[in-house]
Amino acid sequence: MAEPMKIRATLQGDTADVRILMRHPMETGTRKTASGVVPLHFIQSVIVTHNGKTVLDAQWSQAISRDPFLGLRIKGAKVGDKISVTWTDNKGDKRSDEVAVSAGS
Amino acid sequence: MKDLRRNFLKLAGGAGAVAVTAAAGLLKPGLAWAAPWNKTAFESKAAADAIKNLGAVELVESKDITITAPDIAENGAIVPVAVTSKIPNTQSISIIAEKNPFPLAASFDISAGGEAYVSTRVKMGQTSDVRAIVKAGGKFYTAVKEVKVTVGGCG
Repeated sequence: MAEPMKIRATLQGDTADVRILMRHPMETGTRKTASGVVPLHFIQSVIVTHNGKTVLDAQWSQAISRDPFLGLRIKGAKVGDKISVTWTDNKGDKRSDEVAVSAGS
Repeated sequence: MKDLRRNFLKLAGGAGAVAVTAAAGLLKPGLAWAAPWNKTAFESKAAADAIKNLGAVELVESKDITITAPDIAENGAIVPVAVTSKIPNTQSISIIAEKNPFPLAASFDISAGGEAYVSTRVKMGQTSDVRAIVKAGGKFYTAVKEVKVTVGGCG
């Protein structure tokens, strides 16, 4: 099953700086091992919401690196706001995680 | 009275089964509850086709788009790429590694509230231009940056 994401959301001014690290093999479908070609397996869609409102809707290909990183900024955020991230891969597997925005340094 | 109740249960049971099948049918498209994955664009093998399939017809070179990526990437499997757009009303940002087997790497739809900035890491098979396509106010803008790759990351 899908492993949890690491999400960090820190407030800088009125903008939340969100960094997401997902755990996923992101197989290109061309990599060969002793037992043959590893089938295509990658995250197709990532949705980031801020207090339930979608702020980023990403579509990805297999060209995104293994254990993908995604960074974005959300305007008009406050400490304690909920940032939720959901990804879905080409096999229908999905994972959702949520964090609250923390005060920046 | 008892018979009535039996009949009612039967009816309810039947209706329940219908509801379950309907829900199952509805759940399938529900998987793609976001914008549908742009299969044609992602499966295009030439950068020009990928751009066309994104719906971008007239591309305007723009200095308001900044691509942050290394000049030389030692490991093609992890090339950090960030794109910032200063164009007002930026709706989407797409990243294309022109010489990859499937050039379109990612496409980000930005809603109000999100800043026109995305940062990620992509795989690159060989040295090539990284192109950003920004859709703003129904028009398409673009910028390129060359990234030299020492060891390809598509194997």
